[in-house]
Amino acid sequence: MRLALPPPRSIRRRLILQLLVVAALLAMLLYFSIRSVARDAVETTQDSVLGAATTAIAEQLRGSVDGVEIDILYSAFSMLGSISEDRVFYRIIVADQTVTGYEDLPVPTETAPLLTPIYYTRNFRDTQVRIAAVIRAILVGRTSVRVQVLVAQTRQGQEAIVATMANRGAALGLGFFAVAALLSLLTANTALRPLNYIAGAVGRRGPQDLRPVTQEAPSEMVPLITSLNGFIARLRGALSRTETFITEAAHHIRTPLATVRAQAEIALRQTEDADTRQTLHRMIRAIEDSSRSASQLLDHATVVYRTDQRANERFDLGDLLRGVVRSLDPTADLKDLILATSLPDDALTIEGDRLLIESALRNLIDNAIKYSPADNRIGISLIRANESAMITITDDGRGIGSLATGDLVGRFKRGGNVADVVGSGLGLTIVDEVATAHGGTLDLQNREGGGTCVRFSLPLL
Amino acid sequence: MRFLLVEDNVDLGQSVQKRLAMDGHAVDWAQDLHSAQDHLGVASYDLILLDIMLPDGDGRDFLAGHRRAQRDTPVIVMTARSAVSDRVALLDIGADDYITKPFDFAELEARCRAVLRRRGGAAQTRQAFADVIFDPLSATLTIDGDTRELRNRELRLFEILVAAPGRIHSKAQLCDRLFSFAETVTDNAIEVYVGRLRKKLVGSRARIETVRGVGYRLTDG
Repeated sequence: MRLALPPPRSIRRRLILQLLVVAALLAMLLYFSIRSVARDAVETTQDSVLGAATTAIAEQLRGSVDGVEIDILYSAFSMLGSISEDRVFYRIIVADQTVTGYEDLPVPTETAPLLTPIYYTRNFRDTQVRIAAVIRAILVGRTSVRVQVLVAQTRQGQEAIVATMANRGAALGLGFFAVAALLSLLTANTALRPLNYIAGAVGRRGPQDLRPVTQEAPSEMVPLITSLNGFIARLRGALSRTETFITEAAHHIRTPLATVRAQAEIALRQTEDADTRQTLHRMIRAIEDSSRSASQLLDHATVVYRTDQRANERFDLGDLLRGVVRSLDPTADLKDLILATSLPDDALTIEGDRLLIESALRNLIDNAIKYSPADNRIGISLIRANESAMITITDDGRGIGSLATGDLVGRFKRGGNVADVVGSGLGLTIVDEVATAHGGTLDLQNREGGGTCVRFSLPLL
Repeated sequence: MRFLLVEDNVDLGQSVQKRLAMDGHAVDWAQDLHSAQDHLGVASYDLILLDIMLPDGDGRDFLAGHRRAQRDTPVIVMTARSAVSDRVALLDIGADDYITKPFDFAELEARCRAVLRRRGGAAQTRQAFADVIFDPLSATLTIDGDTRELRNRELRLFEILVAAPGRIHSKAQLCDRLFSFAETVTDNAIEVYVGRLRKKLVGSRARIETVRGVGYRLTDG
C-alpha cells in the first residue's frame, strides 16, 4: 500500500530560487546605483560649468552713474557648448526687471549669498532645464542695485550620458546575475551532495541490514542521521521483540499441547473402554489439528515475510529435494509408503530462496503422504523441461475431485473430499506463493485411475 | 533403547518418560543442561532428546558444544518452533533430526530408528524370541539363517508383540499404535498386518495366536 504523499518540496529548487532572488536584487541595486552615481557626476559637471559661466557673466556687469552696463561674455556660452549640444538660455534681472534674455526663465525660490551660484531644475518650454543663478549688487550712482543672472541649459546631453552609463550598469548587472546563478547552482549541488550520498547509501541496503548509518556527514545533517539511527534501532527492537514473542508464544502453547497429547496416548494405552477411547482419539486429533494449523500459519507468515526479502542464492534443486525426501521418509514409512525418487545425474541449478522452496516441497510431499492410502508408492521426480526444473509428485490417493488448481490454492480452502484428514488449508497456498515469487508454476491434476499428479516447476538459471 | 531426555517442563518430561517406558525404553530425564552433562558423564545413551529453551541455557549451544567435543551420541531436538529457517538451522548445528511439539510417539520412534540406522546402529538392539532373531534397526527377522525384511507396520506390530510375549493385545490397542490418529480405520484393518506378519514367520516356532473376540498374542510353539 502506498501513502498519498504531498508533492515533494525540493530543497535544491528552493535553495537555487532563494540564491537567484538575492542575485537579482543585487544586480538591480548595482544598476540603480550606477545610474544614480552617473546622474550625480554628470549633474555636478554641468553645474560647475553652468556656475562658472553664470559667475563670469555676472562679473562682467559694470555699474555706471545712471544704470548697469551689460556686456554679455559670449565666451562663457562657448564653455557650455563644450559639454554638449544643448540649448542655452539666459536672463538678467536688474532691480526686479528683466533687461535682457528670456523673461520667463524661472527664478530660484531661495536666496543665496552674493556671487555664490545656486542650482535648480525646472520645466521650461516643454523641456527640463538646469539653471544656475547668481546675485550681484552693483552701485548705480550711490544706490546699490540687485542684479540677478540666470543661465539655463537643457539636459538632453546629460540624459544621454546617464543613459549610456546606465546601460553599461545594466549589462554589468546582468553579467553579475548570470555568474551568481551559475554559482548558486553549483552551491546547491555541493550543499546537497552529502544528503544524496547518505540517501544512496541507505537506499542500497539489503532489507535485513538494520545497522546504524555510519557514513560521514556534515554537522548540519547529524541530527537527521541521529534520528534515523534511533528509528532503525527502534525498528530492530520491535522486530526482535516480535520474533521473541512468537518464539515464546509457540513454546508456551506447544509444550502443554505436547503434554496433553502424551497423556492422552498414555490413557489410551491403559483403557479398553470404547467411549473413553473415542474421546481420547478425538482429543488427539484436535491437538494435531491445532498444532498443524499453528505450524502452517507460522510457515505462511514466514513465506510472506521472506518473499518480500528476496534472499536469493544459487543451489542444486536435486540436492534440496533429496534432503526433503530423506527428512520425510520416516513419516512415509509409518504408513508403509515408499517415496520413489528419481533425480537427474547432473545438477539443476536454480536461483531463489532455499528455505521457501524447501517449505514448498515439504508441503507437497507431506500432502501426498497424508492423502495416500497405506502400502503405496509416491513418485517424486525431477526433470529438466526446457528452461525449467520440473518436480512431479504422483500419489494413488483420492485425487482432487472436480476442483482446479486455482480452487485449492486459496487461503483456508480445502478440497471437498478431505474432511476426514487433518489439515489447515494453507499448505497449497504456501506452495503457490513460493512458486509465484520465483516465477514458477503449480499445477494439480487428477491421475487416470485415481490419485493426484502435482507439477511444480521453477525456472532454471 | 536408552534415552536421555532433556526437558525442563515437568509435566511434559514425566509424560514423555512414562510414554517411552511403556514401549520398553529406558529414559533418564534431565531438567536442565547442567544435569544433562552430569548424566552424559556417567552413562551412555543411544539417543538424546533435547529441548531448546532450558532454564540454564539454550539447547542449541549445548548441541554445538556436544558436537565440538566429538561426542557422537545422536541428538533429536524437540522444538516448539516450526518456522522453516529454524529447522534448517538445527540440522546445520549438528542435530540428527528434529521433531515439532506436540509429537506423535510413533513418529518419534520412527525418527529415532532412522537416525540410528543412518549412524550404523547399535547391535544390542537385536532381540531373540523362540527361534527368531529380530533386528528392529535393520527391520529384519532371521529364522534358521534365513533373513526376511519387514515393512514398517509389520515391524512395529512384531515389536509390540515381542515386547510382551504371551500377553493378549486387543485389536483397538494395536490399531492405536500402528495407525496414525489422523487416519480413520476400523479395528479390522489390523487383520491385514497380522496376516502379513504370519507369512513372514512361516517356518519358525513363533506364532501369532488369535484369541477370538479379544485380540492377538505371540506364543512360542
